[in-house]
Amino acid sequence: MVDMQRKIVRLGLGDWVFFNLTRLFALITLLLLGGIIASLFVGAWPAIIKFGTRFLFDTEWNPPMDTFGAAIPIYGTLVTAAIALIIAVPISFGIALFLTELSPVWLRRPLGIAIELLAAIPSIVYGMWGLLVFSPVFAEHIQPLLTATLGKLPVLGRLFQGAPMGIGLLCAGIILAIMIIPFIAAVMRDVFQVTPAMLKESAYGLGGTTWEVVWNVVLPYTKAGVIGGVMLGLGRALGETMAVTFVIGNSNFLDSVSLYAPGNSIPSALANEFAEASSGLHTAALIELGLVLFLITLAVLVFSKVLLQRLARQEGVKT
Amino acid sequence: MTLAQRRRLINRIALSLSMAAMACGLFWLSWILWTTLSLGLGGLSPELFIRMTPPPGEAGGLANAIAGSAIMVGLATLVGTPVGVMAGVYLAEYGRRGWLGRTTLFINDLLLSAPSIIIGLFVYTLVVANMGNFSGAAGVVALALIVVPVVIRTTENMLRLVPATLREAAFALGAPKWIVITRVTLRASLAGVMTGVLLAVARIAGETAPLLFTALSNQFWSLDLGKPMANLPMTIFKFAMSPFADWQRLAWAGVFLITLGVLMLNILARVAFREKHKS
Repeated sequence: MVDMQRKIVRLGLGDWVFFNLTRLFALITLLLLGGIIASLFVGAWPAIIKFGTRFLFDTEWNPPMDTFGAAIPIYGTLVTAAIALIIAVPISFGIALFLTELSPVWLRRPLGIAIELLAAIPSIVYGMWGLLVFSPVFAEHIQPLLTATLGKLPVLGRLFQGAPMGIGLLCAGIILAIMIIPFIAAVMRDVFQVTPAMLKESAYGLGGTTWEVVWNVVLPYTKAGVIGGVMLGLGRALGETMAVTFVIGNSNFLDSVSLYAPGNSIPSALANEFAEASSGLHTAALIELGLVLFLITLAVLVFSKVLLQRLARQEGVKT
Repeated sequence: MTLAQRRRLINRIALSLSMAAMACGLFWLSWILWTTLSLGLGGLSPELFIRMTPPPGEAGGLANAIAGSAIMVGLATLVGTPVGVMAGVYLAEYGRRGWLGRTTLFINDLLLSAPSIIIGLFVYTLVVANMGNFSGAAGVVALALIVVPVVIRTTENMLRLVPATLREAAFALGAPKWIVITRVTLRASLAGVMTGVLLAVARIAGETAPLLFTALSNQFWSLDLGKPMANLPMTIFKFAMSPFADWQRLAWAGVFLITLGVLMLNILARVAFREKHKS
């Protein structure tokens, strides 16, 4: 009897220890996010007090003179991500449409798996391929073609003029697009599959074409999820380092609106300069760049999470 | 044109575009894979695994980079897995209703897709700035921080799939909760958790950004975790950006090794998970 009691007390203690141990690790994860933001703030502090909000709008990034303005990397980050989304969203939508509605059933699984595997390929592969294989082809064939066609447009044309060098903002945007296509397509496909078959069959029963069913029934039903998926892709594109660093040109000077011009993005500025940062202020400015990037991506990710959760709630609670 | 004809035409155009999108996606991706395969296989030789990274113009291999990568990925997995599994257990078994569980789950999803270069910066300010030099240990910490959210997510998911009746049966036999969790629910979802760990390994094997300011790189053979450590992604980065043809050839071989490894791990994870769920 006494033995038994002792055993229960011991097991009760085990319960207590185990519970608190797991809770401790959960807490650590929770604190990690706060810790990251706090540590970046502390690291960036010298630059924050020195430059204030000027940091965000100033275009001069000059390490030897210790003047740091982040406008060009911020511009590069936003522009490349925007190019990537403009290209990747329609293509991903087409792929998801193909995988859920058009593809013969026996092809769906292999194609779906292929897309998911491609989303897992490390970004350095895309970057290296972009630099050594894609950018020469791009400079020789695609850029002249774009200048001759899109470059003739009245206002937009100015984006597609200049010397075709291959690497630059446009090239980085395209490589990013290729990288996030499998990612967005996989999310969209998952989201489309959530649509109840009954809903689609009703629309088909009314005589709708495949396109009408997708456009008027599936897409409105999964709207939140689709936008969430796109935002997730955007988050990836904004924070991507290696795929961009190889092909963006890493130049902190930008004097034209042309997308052919080499530029810089926040992650590639960090990748190129951080390990060799000369002064304390240079390091602090780079950390502040990181902080800016983190805050932008966090905002995008929170937005996408909220949208995806709204879709999940529509599904009803599975218990 | 009648309405019906117009609708059919629109449908046909849209579906052709969809097929074109699929073809376009597959075209780029097969081009990338083909380049990696053909150039990577060309650079493959036994030398790769036994010789050190060379100065430009000399023969060499990637032995130190491969060893460094293996060590850092291995240690990061060893450190990150228990932390992730424990936190995942809390989220699935204890914290489902409480604020801590829900908030942590949300934060974890943010960490899961946070830019990996930020993790590198964080570890730099935390470890490298305090230790005074770049080190393999800092690289391990950075990679472990990427492993944790992945493992938390899958552990939590997989534990939720365990039927409640299984837990209730164990409770009815008088087992305390921690015994139920460790001996019944975790064991039931072992295949799923292992899948998560494999995916985490696949993810960090190719990560370059978090190593840039933590492990840095090393031209020589070094197993000292207190010093900068060679690793495949950083070596590829350096060699691919260089103008030297022989360095670029080594970089392609490295890229081939990483891609092959990552794809194999992903396939393995899928197979392991499917086998379990078939039976």
